[in-house]
Amino acid sequence: MTQVSLLKTTGLAILVSGLITVGCGKQGSTVSSEARSSENKKEIQNAGSDTMVNIAQAWAEAYGKANSTVDISVAGGGSGTGIAALINGTTDIANCSRAMKNIEKKKAKNTHGKDPQQYIMGLDALAVYVHKDNPLNEITIEQLGQIYGEDGSITKWSQLGIKPNDGHDEIIRISRQSNSGTYVYFKETVVPKGKEFKLGSLDLHGSKDVVEIIGNTPSAIGYSGMGYATDHVKMLKVSSKQGQVAYTPNIENVVNKTYPISRPLYMYTLGVPTGRVKTYIDWCLSDAGQKIIIDNGFIPAPKN
Amino acid sequence: MTLAMVVPLLLIVGFLLYKAWPALSIDFVFELPKNGMREGGIWPAFLGTLYLVLISLVIAAPIGVMAAIYLNEYAKENWFTRIINLAVINLAGVPSIVHALFGLGAFVLFAGLGRSVLAASLTLAVMTLPVIIASTKEALSAVPMSFRQASWNMGVSRWQTIRGIVMPNSVSGILTGIILQVSRAAGETAPIMFTGVVFYKAVDKGDLLAYGLLDQCMALAMHLYTISTQVPGVPDAVPFATAVILLGVVLLVNALSIVLRIYIRTHRKW
Amino acid sequence: MLHRSKYKVLSEGIIECLIRVCGISAVVFVFAIFLFVFWQGKGLIFSGEFEFWKFLTTKEWYPASESNPRYGVSALIAGTVSVTVLAMVIAVPFGLGVALFISEFCSPKLKETLKIVIELLAAIPSVVWGFIGLTIMNQLIMKLFGAPIGLTVLNGAIILALMSVPIIVSIGEDALQAVPDSYREAGIGLGVTRWQMVYKVLLPAAKNGLLAAVLLGVGRAIGETMAVLMATGHAVHIPFNAEFPYLHGLDSVRTLTATIAAELGETARDSSHYQVLFIIGILLFTITFVVNLTADLIVKGVKGK
Repeated sequence: MTQVSLLKTTGLAILVSGLITVGCGKQGSTVSSEARSSENKKEIQNAGSDTMVNIAQAWAEAYGKANSTVDISVAGGGSGTGIAALINGTTDIANCSRAMKNIEKKKAKNTHGKDPQQYIMGLDALAVYVHKDNPLNEITIEQLGQIYGEDGSITKWSQLGIKPNDGHDEIIRISRQSNSGTYVYFKETVVPKGKEFKLGSLDLHGSKDVVEIIGNTPSAIGYSGMGYATDHVKMLKVSSKQGQVAYTPNIENVVNKTYPISRPLYMYTLGVPTGRVKTYIDWCLSDAGQKIIIDNGFIPAPKN
Repeated sequence: MTLAMVVPLLLIVGFLLYKAWPALSIDFVFELPKNGMREGGIWPAFLGTLYLVLISLVIAAPIGVMAAIYLNEYAKENWFTRIINLAVINLAGVPSIVHALFGLGAFVLFAGLGRSVLAASLTLAVMTLPVIIASTKEALSAVPMSFRQASWNMGVSRWQTIRGIVMPNSVSGILTGIILQVSRAAGETAPIMFTGVVFYKAVDKGDLLAYGLLDQCMALAMHLYTISTQVPGVPDAVPFATAVILLGVVLLVNALSIVLRIYIRTHRKW
Repeated sequence: MLHRSKYKVLSEGIIECLIRVCGISAVVFVFAIFLFVFWQGKGLIFSGEFEFWKFLTTKEWYPASESNPRYGVSALIAGTVSVTVLAMVIAVPFGLGVALFISEFCSPKLKETLKIVIELLAAIPSVVWGFIGLTIMNQLIMKLFGAPIGLTVLNGAIILALMSVPIIVSIGEDALQAVPDSYREAGIGLGVTRWQMVYKVLLPAAKNGLLAAVLLGVGRAIGETMAVLMATGHAVHIPFNAEFPYLHGLDSVRTLTATIAAELGETARDSSHYQVLFIIGILLFTITFVVNLTADLIVKGVKGK
């Protein structure tokens, strides 16, 4: 054999044996457990809402510190993704910023024979954001419907009596992609029944995206979780109807239900959870877990 | 005109570095993400990318090299060979999202692998295969026919000639092609997004064996995407630093292949 | 006659068989991709709900609607077309210019350096490009053009152009190199200037290869996913209309590729939404297949194979 062939064969052999070790690692070997702590860990899969993805990750991180025998993986993709994964059987917990629809619950029951179990993990206010220098301060649900809804009549800032800083009159609508629970929830609350969102809005990927873009764009309007606010944007006060009081999105107004666009944040499991999944959910609902909810700008779950 | 292209590029890279500077350090690579991924490092993502790249290349390289050997050494000039060549070119041009759809349908669902490192690596392997075939073919065809003929004239069989003469003389060219695909596999997001990569997965700091073949993992490319679109309150430096690391890894690997290519040129025996 | 052991003959036979199998792997995979993508989407095609013509020509894209799902992708096609066309308008002159420069006008040392720069440019991952579009280009476009928002056709087009230039340059340069020196010598012999030689002799002679280079660049642009997902604003909107300049580069759009990437995760397996995304996948695969096939046929024509 030439020198080069020898080299190649050796290299390949190293790679292959490396692969075998890696592949067999998870099945449990006799290597000392202090050196490889990952092999004894159990896993919990957590997927779904983008609104909740950051709390979910913060929970996973904190829980991982407190409890090193459990590994929690967090995936986003939107509430729709989480529910789909629950129905497909590829996740243990689905995070949702909207309730499961009856159709989805039926599908889960049909596929797995178990009813989905719902837990309210916290509350969220959907804030309507504009650029911090935008002269607008409050808005009604009806106006939002006309801005965002199919066939809605409001397309320019001048219709609202406003002149944005950069001089552009066209309202730039920032929205989310249709897999988002935020998208669905906003639609149900704001857009007139039976209508869809008006085409042409910028449909962004994550809750943070929306706020970032609005912070840079004086003539934009958008909606996102109140936990995502930054210094470059302003949250509008919202009133249910013209002439009624407009409320700021904050803890108080959400808890006493005066802020009209607020919603619970859910976790769903297939059937009643047991073992480590139940322990995890209980932990998230405990004081330690709920503190993380507050730190991330959301509202703790109502105690009842 | 050429300057107009190079200068903005340098400016962009410079800007990236400038914004990334506060967060860049050796620790950044080996630390775990902390505080909701706003601080700390990118170790799980870095490790995940390493796994995906290695496994996909271990799968794609042998198949690609052997396919190229077939095309260059065995195949006759007929319509069938023409179709194979066409297929290689078309496979190279398939959009990355269609590869993702294929990976989802074939590896995650049909083969029952579920979303896993293995499914994602297989998807990446199919994606990098055509370029490995093309570059290996070129390396093989650069070996002069006279070498082969001399060997055949001595009664050496075809395969033995390939193994003993052709391949050793083209190994650097073959390696170059494979190395180039490392950067492709490391940089793609779409094919791994639905086949095995997640937003967050806890691993131990510096743990090299954290992922099993059927686990899900994080990856640099995906991490850059989620951190710049989904995680709020991240200090600017963190996504820029992630971008710089990803870019750095990719450019380094490419530079390696360029150096290798220059080495071949100067050390060729013919 | 050399004597070979039975073992050697057998093992060699096995290896050669393996090699042949790998040889057809590319064909197998191309078919497999088409098959699997089609298989996942076929349910919707054959159900009553789906009308192909309506699919291609209406712009109402509401696949997730419960009351009235509509699957019109004309706005998405317009998005892909607008970004690709604008990208090519930028990339082709640049790319061909650089290819010409490298091939005809520069010193060997500079040639090496430029080729390396081009290769490094090609290696930049698409998500990094998307990130650049989202952060740097966004602000730049807003400042330079006074646009209300920087996530637009223009943003996507510039990024795509930078991604396609390397392909156009490398294949274009190959095509120019393939023109025999005798053409150039004949030109010089007749006393034409450098530029005249380029316009009247080289470009026409290399036109097939250059066309193929452009087509492959187009294929790259059409198929790009992450960069356009992040840079174009992802809005269902047709940026073409009857008023000048006909293509409104400062509008936000959404491409076919970005739509699949953004919406695939959400869908429940085998739902209509899931299937229609796979149908878009088939559409994309077909388009890029045709583009690549055309480019290949043109190139084969050049090399006379």
